[in-house]
This record gives sequence, C-alpha cells and structure tokens, in this order.
Amino acid sequence: MEGAKIDKKLDIRGEVCPYTLVKSKLGVESIEVGQIIEIILDYPEASESIPKAMLNYGHSVLKVEKINPKEWIVQVRKEVED
Amino acid sequence: MDFTEEQLKRYSRHIILPEVGGKGQKKISEAKVLIVGAGGLGCPVGYYLAAAGVGTIAMVDNDHVELSNLQRQIAHSVKTLDVNKADSAKQTFEALNPDVNVIAIKERINSKIILDLFKDYDIIVDGTDNFPTRYLINDACVMLKKPLVSGAILRFEGQVTTILPHEGPCYRCLFEEPPPAGLVPSCQEAGVLGVLPGVIGALQATEVLKLILGKGKPLSGNLLIYDALGVNFRKVRVPKNEDCPICGKDPKITDLTDMPEEYCSI
Repeated sequence: MEGAKIDKKLDIRGEVCPYTLVKSKLGVESIEVGQIIEIILDYPEASESIPKAMLNYGHSVLKVEKINPKEWIVQVRKEVED
Repeated sequence: MDFTEEQLKRYSRHIILPEVGGKGQKKISEAKVLIVGAGGLGCPVGYYLAAAGVGTIAMVDNDHVELSNLQRQIAHSVKTLDVNKADSAKQTFEALNPDVNVIAIKERINSKIILDLFKDYDIIVDGTDNFPTRYLINDACVMLKKPLVSGAILRFEGQVTTILPHEGPCYRCLFEEPPPAGLVPSCQEAGVLGVLPGVIGALQATEVLKLILGKGKPLSGNLLIYDALGVNFRKVRVPKNEDCPICGKDPKITDLTDMPEEYCSI
C-alpha cells in the first residue's frame, strides 16, 4: 500500500492508553467511509492495541510501521459508518 | 466534535464503545431528560444520567429530605436533611459532573402544570410512588407523544417498562384504571429493600441512554419484573390495547384531571 492517499493525519505522540484509542476513534469518526487516516504514536502498547481495535470496529489496517526507535505510524481505512 | 481534554477523559469509556463514540456522546450531551420524583428511583436515575453527561436533567419534587429517606435515596445526605429533594439532588449531580445543567423544579406535579413542564424535554422518567401521579404522567406523555421510562418498587420486587406513545402500549393498555385506594400498600406501609430502587433505577437510566443513542431495543411492549429474593428477571409481553381510553382508536380521555390524593402516598 505504498503511496496510499492519506486524507487525514493524526498526531497522538505523548498520549497513553486509553486516550490513544479515544483520539484514534474520534479521528476515524471525522473522516468518510473509504478515506484513510494516518496516526503517528509513541506509546509502545498502542502500536499493537490501536490496529487491533480498528479491526474490531470493522475498519482496515493498511500499515503498521516503526519509523524510528520510538515512533510508529498506523494507517487505517474507514470501512463502516460510526 | 469539540471535546475538552477533561471531557475526553471523563467520557473515554463511552467514546471507545462502537455504539456510542464521539457522535453518541454528543447526543447524550444535547439530551434533555425530566425525572419526576427525586426519591428512591429518581436519585439513581439522575445520578447515572449526570455521570453519563446528559446535558439537561430536570428533577421534579416538592418534598424535603428526611432521615428515613437515606436508606435508599442516594443523592441525599445528612448534610441536606430538610432541604428540598430536587435541590439536594441538584447539588449532588452537579458535584459529580459540572457539564450537566440540573434544573430543580420544586413542585408537586399536577394536571395544570404537567404539559407545560414536559413539553421542552426529550424523555420523561417516572420515579413516583403513587398511582394518581403515575397515570397522570402516562396520560401527559401520550398526549405529548413523549417517550416515558417508568419504574416501580415495593418490598423485594420492582418493575420497569418503556412507553413509546402510539408505537407501543401505554400504562393504561396494561391497567385501564389505577387500583382502588388502599388496595396496594405503599413503601411506607410495606417497606422496601434499600438497594432495590438502585437496581430498577439503573435499568431505567439504561433505557434512557438507549433511547438517546437510538441503539438496541427499547423495553416498549414489555414489562420487566425483578424479584430480588428469587433472583428472577421476568419479561412479560404487554399488547397495545386498541380500546385503550387514552391511546386507543377512540380515546375517552381527552383532558387531564387529578385523582384524589388519598390513593396512596409514600
């Protein structure tokens, strides 16, 4: 999925659980079905829990990538209405 | 959805629920709920709705807090003895959640004021303790087409139902007229386990939140009966009565009247 068009970027660096999920959920609510959000985060557990939660909500996780020793990006495509 | 950081924290467990989310939490914050009675049932209903962030909660009660109330009426305390119950509940709910606007209406509900009181609210909650008021609230909700979440308790048993006027049955579909005065004992005469209104009130608050969110199935068309001693929840189906005197095809009741007071008061 290299080069997927990103419709919204969300920076939740500095946030810890459960606010990483709260803010990611609200981020997904703010885009339309079919659009893609890219989330940047630095809370290690969230790099696993956010993709898992997004799949549970019914969305697609396009990418989970560790971009440096402390930060991850997660790309989510919204698949269902809120 | 403009939540403050404090609101994100306060409502985080709601926001991450798929059925609520930021959009549902916003609906909750815009909702206006009126609760008749700040007693055993009204206290837990209002308490949980305040915690949930319901934007406007009106508490209607003209009674004052007494020591004998504190065994079950959890919004009041020794600090609010002799204070009007609606005022006492307002203090408690606003201390729990300053987002919530609690309106204390220090009136005994009657046929002259009821329509005017109810008209600005989305959902009505019946937490009263006597049949005349219960029927008056039902009739007013049918006339105004307002959803009503009704609860009742006695001894170790309680019941809950949700009335969606004209869509489902109303209280008079179930029992056309109140029982004769003195037939059904009051809590004052028969007693009530203090925790029982907590169970029934929490069920009523749940119904209110479901109606606000438009999620799940409302209890309309069913009477849920809880027996604490036997630990049984029984759901009894209640059909809509086409000949109901208030919500039937040819309603006999077209205006509101007050029934005699001697029916029962708790």
